Amino acid sequence: MSGDWQHSTISEGHCAVLFFIRDKGYNTGMRDLIVDALNGHSADYIEIHFEESQATSIVYRGERLEEISRASSSGGNVRALVKGSWGFVSFNRLDGLKGKVSLAVEEARLASREPFRLFSAEPTLDTVAPQLKMDATAMPLATKKDFLDRYNDIMLSSPKIQSTRINYRDMKRRTTFASTEGTYIEQAKTDLSARLTAIAREDSEIQQAGLSLGSNGEFSAVKGLDEKARETAKRAAALLSAPQVKGGEYTVILDPILAGVFAHEAFGHLSESDHVYQNENLRQIMVLGKRFGGKHLNIVDDPSMHNLRGSYKYDDEGMPARKSYLIREGVLEGRLHSRETAAKMGETATGNARAINYLFPPIVRMSNTFIEPGSASFEEMLRDIEEGVYVKDWYGGTTSLEMFTFSAGEAYMIRRGRLAELLRPVVLTGNVFTTLQNIDAIGDDLEMNQGGGCGKGGQSPLPVSDGSPHIRIRHCVVGGR
Amino acid sequence: MQNDKAKLEEVLRSARKVAEQAEVFSASARATTVQFEANELKQVESRESSSTALRIFREGKIGFAIASGGGDREALVDMAVETSQFGSPANFRFPSSQDYSKVRIFDPKVEKIAMERMVEIGKQLIAKVRGHTPDILCDVQITKGTVAVSLTNSQGGEGGYDKSFFSLSLAGILVRDTDILWVEDSESSCRSDLVGIPELTDRVVWQLEMAKKKATVPTKLLPIIFTPHGVASALLSPLVLAFNGKAVLEGASPLKDKLGEQVFDKKLSLWDDATVAYGVGSYPFDDEGVPSQRLPLVANGVVMSFLYDLQTAALAGKKSTGNGRRAGGGFPSPAISALVLEKGEVSFQAMVKDMKEGLIVAAVIGAEQGNILGGDFGGNVLLGYKVEDGEIVGRVKDTMIAGNVYQVLKELPGIGQEARWVGGTLQTPPLYCSGVSVTTKGN
Repeated sequence: MSGDWQHSTISEGHCAVLFFIRDKGYNTGMRDLIVDALNGHSADYIEIHFEESQATSIVYRGERLEEISRASSSGGNVRALVKGSWGFVSFNRLDGLKGKVSLAVEEARLASREPFRLFSAEPTLDTVAPQLKMDATAMPLATKKDFLDRYNDIMLSSPKIQSTRINYRDMKRRTTFASTEGTYIEQAKTDLSARLTAIAREDSEIQQAGLSLGSNGEFSAVKGLDEKARETAKRAAALLSAPQVKGGEYTVILDPILAGVFAHEAFGHLSESDHVYQNENLRQIMVLGKRFGGKHLNIVDDPSMHNLRGSYKYDDEGMPARKSYLIREGVLEGRLHSRETAAKMGETATGNARAINYLFPPIVRMSNTFIEPGSASFEEMLRDIEEGVYVKDWYGGTTSLEMFTFSAGEAYMIRRGRLAELLRPVVLTGNVFTTLQNIDAIGDDLEMNQGGGCGKGGQSPLPVSDGSPHIRIRHCVVGGR
Repeated sequence: MQNDKAKLEEVLRSARKVAEQAEVFSASARATTVQFEANELKQVESRESSSTALRIFREGKIGFAIASGGGDREALVDMAVETSQFGSPANFRFPSSQDYSKVRIFDPKVEKIAMERMVEIGKQLIAKVRGHTPDILCDVQITKGTVAVSLTNSQGGEGGYDKSFFSLSLAGILVRDTDILWVEDSESSCRSDLVGIPELTDRVVWQLEMAKKKATVPTKLLPIIFTPHGVASALLSPLVLAFNGKAVLEGASPLKDKLGEQVFDKKLSLWDDATVAYGVGSYPFDDEGVPSQRLPLVANGVVMSFLYDLQTAALAGKKSTGNGRRAGGGFPSPAISALVLEKGEVSFQAMVKDMKEGLIVAAVIGAEQGNILGGDFGGNVLLGYKVEDGEIVGRVKDTMIAGNVYQVLKELPGIGQEARWVGGTLQTPPLYCSGVSVTTKGN
């Protein structure tokens, strides 16, 4: 593979770990154990992760509370880099850690890619704890259940509702990261996610509508949802008699929630440089400075935003989180990196290497991804559409980098500049290289969506958030029958 | 495994002190994966995971807790007791001791495969595919592993088994200007010698060959041949949902009142089969200790049965079908073991020959995003080919398909005579369907 990356020959030596830590309330027993295990191996770089987590899930199906469970988990992994290749070993217990490090080093030796030097990192010592007003993971089960019972009852008592689903989950995770470069970080994170689904039935016709929500562990996210639960149930029932859109190309307006999913699927994944760094052709397509959209288009990924599900202070390679412009004024300005991809592309690491848990190595992921607000109002966007579709909320989205699909939970025809009849849920599709150019209006009403999660490389669901103002896209393919 | 069993018994003993009934389930897995990225060996991984789950009936209600990895097993009983205060009513009994018939799922040779040999296989796969298309970039994963499962309950039920698995997967990406072509395929089995290396590369090379030229389709209703991979990608999710005993019980399955009725084409028969020798979905008993079986779901188009675990079966007045499964060792729920769609009598070539204008669909993205509970399927065709006058003329792009499985599978022009495994949990021939809605750009 050719490219502008110049690698230097790296001589293999014994890693030495030097720690100069003032005691900041670390778990010193664990620290000594981990630091000791890192010492004395023949590798270019080694890191150790350890984590402990607790989770609660509550699942309703119709009037039955189907599952209420508690889980506790702990384990860790070692990742070793030798001459350009990685060895990775996950484990359940810390005992015999030194042997596990040796195994990871041995595995890395099996491969023989061209050696490279990781993007440099300052040795960092830190502890990070969430600041929550009302920590969901500390709330009594009875309180959680009271809220969910209430929403379930509201949905079930709504006309034509056959059944419901509620999936609630909260978790706290404490991770320890240490590397042969002298970094030692302890981070605690909490997360909450829930989805309420109403299922309506009439004869053999079945339709559903859902509400997704989430937070960084703040319990307030599941409070005060009576009205939303009611609307969700009403919408499911209304879909029973709604028509299917006629498939074809339309001008579409996306609400902030769906536009956020669009930003994530249509462009976010293509910005993950692990798709790009080894692929010369893709690198040429994704060359910085290339125009992807109009001057009004700005797409950002920012893990340093406060208190969102995709927020963190350090990624799972111990790199500090920072804001990255992916597209600025319509032009490709940056992309998301791990230390490896940044090094190999000669760019700057962005702190986007994340792992879902200790069973997986960190890979390049998004955090909080959004389209920055513009100046158009919703009414202005609507006004000059002769026939189009207004799409809201989401079922899901997926991408193959070039092609993407995302689906709306709620859709309405637009006729002569006005919202018209409710439609069955629609799937939209497009090609990233043309669709971003076709965004011709960006609203002024940015909202961040905290529901859902992201899956990649078998790691799912990773807490992320995405957002956008209302946006309008010309010539968007809408599937239908 | 002896050590493990003692721990299980210990948890069971302390649970019995506070509960009317109790069940302990444990699973541990080890796997090694050799991973190539962009044609080069990037990473070798070893993973170990384990979990112990406790389910109790306390004061007539179900409590549940799980500890994974080195998670706190001592706290399991306390956590289960805490959740039982709010749990659903205990309405069944854990199965007592029984004989499980032997299902072949362990091959001692798998563990002994050297990492060097796995690296060799990866290089071989990549060389073969690049022999056809030199500038393709392949991501390849070769995985070997074993799983050990054991279960014990207060009613005297107990069992344990070891399972091995070996799998290959290859995904190739070819970028020309802004055109991206993805090809992919995989093979897996509990027995390493049943994993076909040349078969895998032959299929990938066929995909590349067919995708060389581009073709366009009009926006209209067209016949579609779904390849085995296409069946898994587009049609499977709505069916899996509809046969789930839970969806049937709550009235959310379109098949709710259709037991014994002709819903699908007469040529269509579908089984859930947990007894296939060396199938990666196979097991001697499910995750609740109920013996596995070969369960007819559809026979000649008639709906025959649904999938049940113990709790759902009790609520529905049925018997568990041995489909109580635990994702990640967690709370049991009805799920397929492996679906087997019976093959038909038409060759793939004959189906293609029969088409005046149509599509062959191998993969779609976004198929799970519609109203799959209602049977809808659809999405963007990630890999598909246009057929004109009985000939494959090239790959299609910017194309969406949409339909409903209950309409499309009601009358099938043909079912293929060559079935194969996709992802280890579905064995299917190609399906020849008619009247699927196709939407393209610029219509």
